Amino acid sequence: MNIVVLVKQVPDSGAERNLRTDDNTVDRGSASNVINEMDEYAIEEALRIQEAHGGEVTILTMGPSGAAESIRKALSMGPDKAVHVVDDALHGSCALATSKVLAAALGTLNADLVLCGAESTDGRVQVLPHMLAERLGVAALTGARKLTIDGSALTIERQTDEGYEVVTAQTPAVVSVWDTINEPRYPSFKGIMAAKKKPVQALSLGDLGVAPSEVGLDGASSAVVEHSKRPPRSGGQKVTDEGEGGVKLVEFLATEKFV
Amino acid sequence: MLNEEHEALRQSVRDFAREVVAPVIAEHYEHHTFPYDVVRQMGKMGLFGLPFPEEHGGMGGDYFALCLTLEELARVDSSVAITLEAAISLGAMPIYRFGTDEQKAHWLPKLTSGEALAAFGLTEPGFGSDAGGTQTRAVLDGDEWVINGSKAFITNSGTDITALVTVTAVTGVAPDGSKELSTIIVPSGTPGFTVQPGYSKVGWCASDTHELTFEDCRVPAANLLGERGRGFAQFLRILDEGRIAIAALAVGLAQGCVDESVKYAKERHAFGKAIGDFQAIQFKIADMETRAHTARLAYYDAAERMLAGQDFKRQAAIAKLYASESAVTNAREATQVHGGYGFMNEFPVARFWRDSKVLEIGEGTSEVQRMIIARDLGL
Ligand SMILES: Cc1cc2nc3c(=O)[nH]c(=O)nc-3n(C[C@H](O)[C@H](O)[C@H](O)COP(=O)(O)OP(=O)(O)OC[C@H]3O[C@@H](n4cnc5c(N)ncnc54)[C@H](O)[C@@H]3O)c2cc1C
Ligand SMILES: Cc1cc2nc3c(=O)[nH]c(=O)nc-3n(C[C@H](O)[C@H](O)[C@H](O)COP(=O)(O)OP(=O)(O)OC[C@H]3O[C@@H](n4cnc5c(N)ncnc54)[C@H](O)[C@@H]3O)c2cc1C
Repeated sequence: MNIVVLVKQVPDSGAERNLRTDDNTVDRGSASNVINEMDEYAIEEALRIQEAHGGEVTILTMGPSGAAESIRKALSMGPDKAVHVVDDALHGSCALATSKVLAAALGTLNADLVLCGAESTDGRVQVLPHMLAERLGVAALTGARKLTIDGSALTIERQTDEGYEVVTAQTPAVVSVWDTINEPRYPSFKGIMAAKKKPVQALSLGDLGVAPSEVGLDGASSAVVEHSKRPPRSGGQKVTDEGEGGVKLVEFLATEKFV
Repeated sequence: MLNEEHEALRQSVRDFAREVVAPVIAEHYEHHTFPYDVVRQMGKMGLFGLPFPEEHGGMGGDYFALCLTLEELARVDSSVAITLEAAISLGAMPIYRFGTDEQKAHWLPKLTSGEALAAFGLTEPGFGSDAGGTQTRAVLDGDEWVINGSKAFITNSGTDITALVTVTAVTGVAPDGSKELSTIIVPSGTPGFTVQPGYSKVGWCASDTHELTFEDCRVPAANLLGERGRGFAQFLRILDEGRIAIAALAVGLAQGCVDESVKYAKERHAFGKAIGDFQAIQFKIADMETRAHTARLAYYDAAERMLAGQDFKRQAAIAKLYASESAVTNAREATQVHGGYGFMNEFPVARFWRDSKVLEIGEGTSEVQRMIIARDLGL
């Protein structure tokens, strides 16, 4: 099975993150950049499938040149090779444009299965897997907490708030995963050494036949007009129970439209 | 200063220590249980095979890679770090360095994968620093060694996954009239080999340490490790490089003290300020960082010399001496920065404090390190 895993480099969600003041895009200089956490689960799932069924695992990243570091780390977990779509014109691309670029890159890769995280910790839009499947004309199995493969039949347990749904599709397909699906491995020293020698192919927009005007800030379908820091938490409201504490609580919940 | 691969390894182990070790270790420590699940995951990550070639199931790394790993593990917990240190430099390394092809083929794949652990029994109840005092005897009877004696404080010797203990024993009289010392592999479960119940230790409480007794314990003659009569030379080599590893482990503990103290000093308030605003606390932590950094340079230097094939005995002793004494001082100061909470076992610094002392004792006491340094200076 030929598997492509989408890997995005994001600012470390454990550190303080900022948006840039000039164009309201993610400030990649202010925090250390890491592999989007959910993508590590997608990589692990791909490696487990490869161990059981054979085939090849390719990492696909769209991102600035600094993302090469995350690609190297992804490869040190075990995948065979990587494709890095890198072009200055991509800066500020929206989800719609990103899906266009990734679909074009996937067009060169002949994947049976595209695996990705269910969301990224910077954008958190959760729509990319669906957009991508639509552009590729393949099934979207999203939000998996379990994936089983039987020949070309894919079955996932789709995680929901109440429980899970069983959804099936044939390959080729896009499958997005949550962090409940497995425990990602830590890169071993052998993996780290091997990653240095694995091929990483760089592709530009020109290589993919995508016009710069369709992507980036100018081509974005939505724009962040303004941003501000989340206001500090206010002190809140204290209810002293003098016999009718319960009533006051319900009144509060009702005014805030919680009940 | 580190190359890309060493830095990537350091980061990988750091993530592992924080995400896998940190959440469970206090519980193991409190109940003196061996962290099998953590060890299994360390094995999966290839840590037990770090400095061994791939043909033996290793990772093809070097001894420095092992040291960096020990430092990052000990920055979070020393029990796990000493389990790895002893398994590699005392357990698998003697077999790799001195074993026959058959011994290597039989034992190393299990040991480098972390599936099994090996221990090294040198110390005896009556003799530690003075290893020449070894009393355990092995007599060749036909094609078997018959071993009698006991060993004290042997790390990794009694876990469910311990496969063997390499013991030093007197096997005769050397041509110069001194004791002839040899090392012999004793597989776990061999009749006559008894693992005594674990000690109640001050620190390293999630690591496995036992006294071992041998009563007419018979193993095949082929279990001799390396040449007969070379036991002394063998363990001197093993201890020399082991000192660099212990130094790295001590640096990890010393650095963990800095990590915890910086965090706590920013959070804890007294007299209307964060205690980190008081110069008394700032200077303590600055001194701690200085010790950790200097000790790190000392072990980097010793490891570099060893890997370059240069003489490293003195540098390894300096690194071990300075790093372990730095660890003890940093642990004492970190506990102080934490006030009363530093005396509570639930705080990592309390564990660091309890774990630090043995670093001045194990694999050569501080006095022994000073003896080695002085001797190397021609005294
Ligand atoms: C938790 C733990 C794990 C261990 N794991 C192992 C293991 O896996 N394998 C193993 O073989 N051993 C192991 N040891 C044993 C350890 O290596 C010894 O404890 C150490 O070498 C000291 O020996 P000793 O305890 O017999 O002390 P002694 O040698 O009795 O020393 C007592 C004191 O006298 C000092 N002293 C001795 N000789 C001199 C001298 N000539 N000049 C000045 N001072 C001197 C020492 O420095 C020390 O302060 C372990 C010990 C501990 C505590
Ligand atoms: C086993 C045990 C039993 C105890 N029993 C009792 C008891 O019976 N009754 C009771 O009331 N208390 C008791 N205590 C509490 C004990 O008195 C306090 O832990 C101690 O006074 C330190 O206070 P703290 O822990 O809040 O540390 P903190 O005051 O938070 O101090 C943390 C660190 O900051 C330093 N620091 C604080 N202010 C300054 C400053 N201005 N300049 C420089 N450095 C500063 C401290 O020296 C320390 O190193 C006990 C504690 C323990 C551990």
